[in-house]
Amino acid sequence: MAELRQIAFYGKGGIGKSTTSQNTLAAMCHYYGQKILIVGCDPKADSTRLILHEKAQSTIMQLASEAGTVEDLELEDVCKPGADEFHPDNEEITEGYIMCTESGGPEPGVGCAGRGVITAINFLEEEGAYDDELDFVSYDVLGDVVCGGFAMPIREGKAQEIYIVMSGEMMAMYAANNISKGILKYANTGGVRLAGLVCNARMTDKEYDLAKHLAKQIGTQMIHFVPRSNHVQRAELRRMTVVEFSPNSEQAMEYKELARKIIANDLKVIPEPLEMDDLENLLMEFGLDEEVEEDAIGKKAEEA
Amino acid sequence: MGPETLEALQQEAIAEVLEVYPAKAAKNRAKHLGVDSPEGVKGACDKTRSNKQTVPGVMSQRGCAYAGSKGVVWGPIKDMIHISHGPIGCGQYSRGGRRNYYIGTTGIDTFVTMNFTTDFSEKDIVFGGDKKLKQALTEIDELFPLNNGISIQSECPIGLIGDDIQAVAKVHKKESEKPTIAVSCEGFRGVSQSLGHHLANDAIRDEVMTDTSARDEFESTDYDVAIIGDYNIGGDAWATRILLEEIGLRVIAQWSGDATYKEMAIAPKAKLNLLHCYRSMNYISRHMEQEFNIPWMEYNFFGPSKTTESLRKIAEFFGKEVQDKAEAVIAKYTAMTDAVIAKYKPVLEGKKVMLYVGGLRPRHVIGAYEDLGMEIIGTGYEFAHGDDYKRTKEDIERSTLIYDDVNEYELEKFVQKLKPDLVAAGVKEKYVFQKMGLPFRQMHSWDYSGPYHGYDAFAVFAKDMDLAMNSPVWNHTKAPWEKEEVGA
Repeated sequence: MAELRQIAFYGKGGIGKSTTSQNTLAAMCHYYGQKILIVGCDPKADSTRLILHEKAQSTIMQLASEAGTVEDLELEDVCKPGADEFHPDNEEITEGYIMCTESGGPEPGVGCAGRGVITAINFLEEEGAYDDELDFVSYDVLGDVVCGGFAMPIREGKAQEIYIVMSGEMMAMYAANNISKGILKYANTGGVRLAGLVCNARMTDKEYDLAKHLAKQIGTQMIHFVPRSNHVQRAELRRMTVVEFSPNSEQAMEYKELARKIIANDLKVIPEPLEMDDLENLLMEFGLDEEVEEDAIGKKAEEA
Repeated sequence: MGPETLEALQQEAIAEVLEVYPAKAAKNRAKHLGVDSPEGVKGACDKTRSNKQTVPGVMSQRGCAYAGSKGVVWGPIKDMIHISHGPIGCGQYSRGGRRNYYIGTTGIDTFVTMNFTTDFSEKDIVFGGDKKLKQALTEIDELFPLNNGISIQSECPIGLIGDDIQAVAKVHKKESEKPTIAVSCEGFRGVSQSLGHHLANDAIRDEVMTDTSARDEFESTDYDVAIIGDYNIGGDAWATRILLEEIGLRVIAQWSGDATYKEMAIAPKAKLNLLHCYRSMNYISRHMEQEFNIPWMEYNFFGPSKTTESLRKIAEFFGKEVQDKAEAVIAKYTAMTDAVIAKYKPVLEGKKVMLYVGGLRPRHVIGAYEDLGMEIIGTGYEFAHGDDYKRTKEDIERSTLIYDDVNEYELEKFVQKLKPDLVAAGVKEKYVFQKMGLPFRQMHSWDYSGPYHGYDAFAVFAKDMDLAMNSPVWNHTKAPWEKEEVGA
């Protein structure tokens, strides 16, 4: 049995991180028989719904709040097996399975979501959720590494490989760069590495070149370019991954390829994040055809 | 041969203390240490750097903003309930330690020594504590219906997770129709408890001073005064009140020792605010001066000399009638305090004392010691500002070592060098010096004694100092490291 690999998906909010991660993990399970634990680290708790066919599962913090303290919980209260083919007992399609857990957290605007992530991960570790049978633990983390809590999955002894989901837009790239800074901070003390960018295509101009170039600049690879497909949304409406919904579709094949690359991936680097200026230059170089002159900055379209 | 003068010895002590520090820390600490004397020009009292962040790594004796607001200013208001919002420790370990005496039935109409807290756990941090706080406020009103209001005192995590305590207070105030006052005095704010005093003063300004309901029916006299900044430790405010009443004044409020909410609210009716602890309540005194045209006057009721001086100053404000009464009072008590001096001075005279206290005592108590012939050779404040050190100048009697935010190492070294006969500081310092074989008195809590304010109290003070200094126990103690080993 191979050693447990701990990976994490980071990326700007709204980029399709949870969709990408669930489809990818489903592919790792469906086509390659991997045994996976998903740890959702987002108060929205939407990191496991496509695997469970549920709206949103009960979260660790929610259950802890009802029970009194997190110490009152049992592992089986918070760890749910995936639906149908992802269930450990269902070996029809694959021997692999996916277990699902969500840290959960407060409603927007109150409390401390970061502390919720810390509490939940500590609980999972202490309760022995990371058992010997697993091939992968995957953390799905919200937005940016805004505070210590959301950096928890990349601290020592946690995820060693980080996949950043991004697209060819300024803000998504900015977030990717910022996350790299977070990884850099912990890379020397904790051994976390950047393992690649996953470009979840928006089909903007020159997106492929841009993503590839950004990856190169920060010292990593664009591990896969996932094209846009309405098939994904169609599956999502059924609370399913495209892998399960339509395993022979072209889009499922894209996730299969990404899954293969992740399983085989041995390029893990300490990132070299860019300065803001370099990042803007990159966007100018690859983003749009025209270059913006210094004196045009801050001017409206009709003025220019 | 040691240095020839006291000043030279003090200067040498500073130089020796600074020697062990790394360059940066030495440079920083040097600005907080100095020597001054009554005739000194631009000495330490004018120059000492203060109210700055403590050097990391040293054992400071400072408190935090929560301690300043909950522990000092708000805590003693007896008919209000002060709830510590956050985990249990802050409330429990700050409970009842300050000896703010009060009259009332605890748990029925007064609550000073009780601990109210929202007792945060992990889930409250994650999900926020607003709802729990609201529930606690409702329970308080159910269980303790005679409370006259609630103050919410924030602990550190509240500032991190952003609980909207102001909004909760607003809702509860409307529901309960009682004052509900939230203070964002998170411990990490500022450099010491001093910011907490200021935040607490601001909350009083915004929430209590604006409540005119108690003032409407108030019948004033020309002799109404408010005691500001006396926390009634060991009954100090009561001792003060007796004297002020004897000279013909009417004390309409005591802030905040043995105080009620109503007393706080009617203070703007005073003709004069009498400010004892300048550091913790100068803010609100200035506010009342600006807003209500009430003048304020600092005074000092430690020891007969300063008490007499202060009484004359206060009486002068009110004119001949009060002045005559004051003189009669002074004459009456002076006979008594002369007897106290006659009894204790022979056994205390010439004894050297080093002080290290908080808000006002590092300067205010000097007179009381000097009245007994004792000599203050060093003093310092935990959390003073520049204006406190400037005021200290008026009270020192001889070359005095001045140390701001002195840490345990420095104080120990200073004591070893200057060899005082008595160290008078706080409980954290107490056992260090007692184990060194040195007499010690606690000057925050009066070592479970007091009161020390006013003439009557001087007898208590003198007796306490005599007991501390001249107890035969000191002939039988020797620090373990000074004992010669048997058989060596």
